[in-house]
Amino acid sequence: MTADSLAADNRAVDRLAHLRRSPLGGLADRLAAGSAPGPRGVRLREIPYLAQLNLRLDPIGPAARRVAEALGTPLPDRTASVTVTGALRVLWLGPDEWLVVGPDGTAPGVEQTLRQVLGDEPGSLVDLSANRTTLELSGPSARAVLEHGCSLDLHPRAFGPGHCAQTTVSKVQVILDQTDAEPTYRLLVRASFARYLADWLLDAMSESTP
Amino acid sequence: MLLIACPWCGERDETEYHYGGQAHVAHPADPAALTDAEWGEYLFVRANPKGDFAERWLHSAGCRRWFNVVRHTVTHDITAVYPAGQARPDAHTEVTA
Ligand SMILES: [Zn+2]
Repeated sequence: MTADSLAADNRAVDRLAHLRRSPLGGLADRLAAGSAPGPRGVRLREIPYLAQLNLRLDPIGPAARRVAEALGTPLPDRTASVTVTGALRVLWLGPDEWLVVGPDGTAPGVEQTLRQVLGDEPGSLVDLSANRTTLELSGPSARAVLEHGCSLDLHPRAFGPGHCAQTTVSKVQVILDQTDAEPTYRLLVRASFARYLADWLLDAMSESTP
Repeated sequence: MLLIACPWCGERDETEYHYGGQAHVAHPADPAALTDAEWGEYLFVRANPKGDFAERWLHSAGCRRWFNVVRHTVTHDITAVYPAGQARPDAHTEVTA
């Protein structure tokens, strides 16, 4: 795809932006109502339309070096599974696979940059932004809520900011990304599972909120 | 519930995985040269030991990689986990009694 046709595509998408509906767009009020502040509080909200680019390449090849330079951060590995650069978070998904997550609207620019540095090296770059939406669970009780349905060890000695994992929460496959120590977790969930997961989280939260 | 250590993600519940049957079943070099019986053997006939068994698992809810596990079919003890494509690391003789 040429730069011109990509730009034309992006303009067409921009014109349609007001027609977008996020998987949990109709639930914002319920998510807010189920949230509570305070020392035992927990909050839930949707962060819709995050840019998500799936990147696959040889982690020790020349393309990995060039991608790291273009992003301004090394590609994370299994031990330090998240790197942050500017507004982008790079999540480790597997030995040769990453997810570049950014704010709404950043996917075309990041894709263009990475496609250029990838060049003819073996690899793939796919815009998966519409695949998943993001639930953000935060607050002092967030870990306790998550532990109702997640068998990972989420204790700070084992999991914290800078860690991500693909696992299940209440049997739903998610990408779990802890963004701060409060704690705040992002749960990237496939659109068709989002409603179920949100309902399940609201139910689990009801034990921590008045 | 088994606790299986994915070579990439570490220990996870069995429910994150899918089972893939016996490991190290080599695809015939020249499938067209096989008789129907030999082809059927390749497709369907698998070892069924009472003891250590090398088998494939897919970390389907995690990194989505295939890998191999040596599991005791009676005790469920897992004695080896190794990436797909590697030779079976143990030299245990399988218990048949
Ligand atoms: Zn894995």
